[in-house]
Amino acid sequence: MAYYALKRLGAVFLILIIMSLVIFLSTHALPKNTAAMILGHYSTAETQAALEHKLGLDQPLRIQYLRWASGVLHGDLGDSLVMNRPVAPILWRALANSAVLAGAAMVMVSIVGLSLGVIAAVWRGHSTDHAIAIFTYLGLAVPEFYWGLVLILIFSTTFHLLPSSGSGSVSMGFGRYSSHLVLPVITLTFSLLAHVSRLTRSSMLEALDTNYVRAARARGLPERQVILRHALRNALMPAITVLAQNFGFLIGGIVAVETVFAYPGLGQLLVYALQRLDLPVMQAAVLMMTATFCITNLAADLLYGWINPRIRYGGGVD
Amino acid sequence: MTEQGLIQPRRKRRRLPFALLAGSVIVAVLVILVLLAKLIAPYPFDQFHIHDRFSPPSLKYWAGTDEYGRDVFSRVLIGSQLSLTLGISATVVGIGLGVPLGLVAGYRRGIFDELIMRSLDLLMAFPPILLVLLILVVTPPALMKTAIAIGILSTPYIARVTRSVTLDLMSAEFIEAARARGERDWYILLRELLPNIWPVLMVEISLRVVFAVLLGAVLSFLNFGVQPPSADWGLMISSGRAFVDIAPWISLAPGLAMGVTVLGISLAGDGLRELMDPRLRGQR
Repeated sequence: MAYYALKRLGAVFLILIIMSLVIFLSTHALPKNTAAMILGHYSTAETQAALEHKLGLDQPLRIQYLRWASGVLHGDLGDSLVMNRPVAPILWRALANSAVLAGAAMVMVSIVGLSLGVIAAVWRGHSTDHAIAIFTYLGLAVPEFYWGLVLILIFSTTFHLLPSSGSGSVSMGFGRYSSHLVLPVITLTFSLLAHVSRLTRSSMLEALDTNYVRAARARGLPERQVILRHALRNALMPAITVLAQNFGFLIGGIVAVETVFAYPGLGQLLVYALQRLDLPVMQAAVLMMTATFCITNLAADLLYGWINPRIRYGGGVD
Repeated sequence: MTEQGLIQPRRKRRRLPFALLAGSVIVAVLVILVLLAKLIAPYPFDQFHIHDRFSPPSLKYWAGTDEYGRDVFSRVLIGSQLSLTLGISATVVGIGLGVPLGLVAGYRRGIFDELIMRSLDLLMAFPPILLVLLILVVTPPALMKTAIAIGILSTPYIARVTRSVTLDLMSAEFIEAARARGERDWYILLRELLPNIWPVLMVEISLRVVFAVLLGAVLSFLNFGVQPPSADWGLMISSGRAFVDIAPWISLAPGLAMGVTVLGISLAGDGLRELMDPRLRGQR
């Protein structure tokens, strides 16, 4: 297990190094000259050359990459070209905002997804089961941002209950702060619900069909106890794995959802940088998202092995 | 569970799953609408009706008009062509790359298998949306480039399914027979293995089309995909955002169309899986 964890950790580093190369090379394959882009239409060749020299863009790619990479390792992510400020503090703030959003969504998905899955399994074949299937399907059928828009239309535009965009600060009080989170969290939750609830349902069905559940029923235990104690405990594992894997999806979904709600997180920062070709911010944001993605995936796999000792990580990793 | 199939009458076992029927009907209707979009659309998708800006849905404009007075219904219809073109061509790219890789990995095994599958694992380790965004940002946007980028992302999934089916088939009698006949490798790969992979692969293909349509919508919503004035669904939802309080139909109509499309394809895929895996029957 320890060997496996180390091996996987090594793979994460490898991926990050490759990703940093991909990011770096792709930003240098930009169709336009970076200096010309920053200075705009009216720049002359001399001013462009001066800026290139100042940014170190006139040096060979190899040296530029090493300089950037060593900066990253020292925690220096460079300065934003558009905002003219160091990238690191901007990035950390955005990451913290996104983490709050993602964490709240994960908690919601776990609670709602598991409950819906259990209810659907218990009422298998009934209209309740079908209603839950349709409800969760709806979350999958359109991209996250669409439901975000629908929620804004209902709760902000029509009933003026919740703010449609932005984020509050903790100093405004917990109520104001969390009111900005409600709609984005619901949107993200809804888009992830289907996976968790369907998997919980099918593993619950399997568990309900086993001999130990039959035995528990035969002993005359109340149905509630049979479902919660005997079946759910055994059905929980696959659900937990898929929850952890969903964290990866969440990172993808967060880009669009943060844009819809103008929520100042990592996703919005990335889109902002991409649209303005703010290279240092772009590089930092992409690297940060990749790192988060890899680490959560790794954590999911390790968690899986820890919960289920029957899985032996050895020779083949699959 | 296993005896169940023997006792049941034949007729009942052959019945098509409901999901497959419903899904195929939706997909068939969609394909007809896409092919005849230009004929059915009441107006050209880019025609301005300056006097009828922001008209709500009515008999004249079935889904209302947008900020330039363009007919939203016509735009949604024409937009279906873009979305399905993207979904299908991205998947074709994924099949073109993934099926040969999966076939070779499953057939050759050993070092080929390791090399191919590990590098595909690497591709799966990156957050999908970031790779596509990077590709689209550094090169000027075009529909086909989005399709290729999404297709590359689909490759590992398609290759994995192809490989596992190939591994299963390798021990089948007809492959042994072909070997005994002394057929060449390429013959076994193309004439014996390939035709038998499609049925199982169809399920994965339906998932990939859905993935491409949704990711394409996210990309054009973020303004990195298809550019205006195209009638792309994601783009329409995005530009309608600004008017969601006075003319919600601009954004709602294309989203609804996308929902029906995705639902149809997913249902068809689910139904196919049910049809091929009899153990699943009765569970839903």
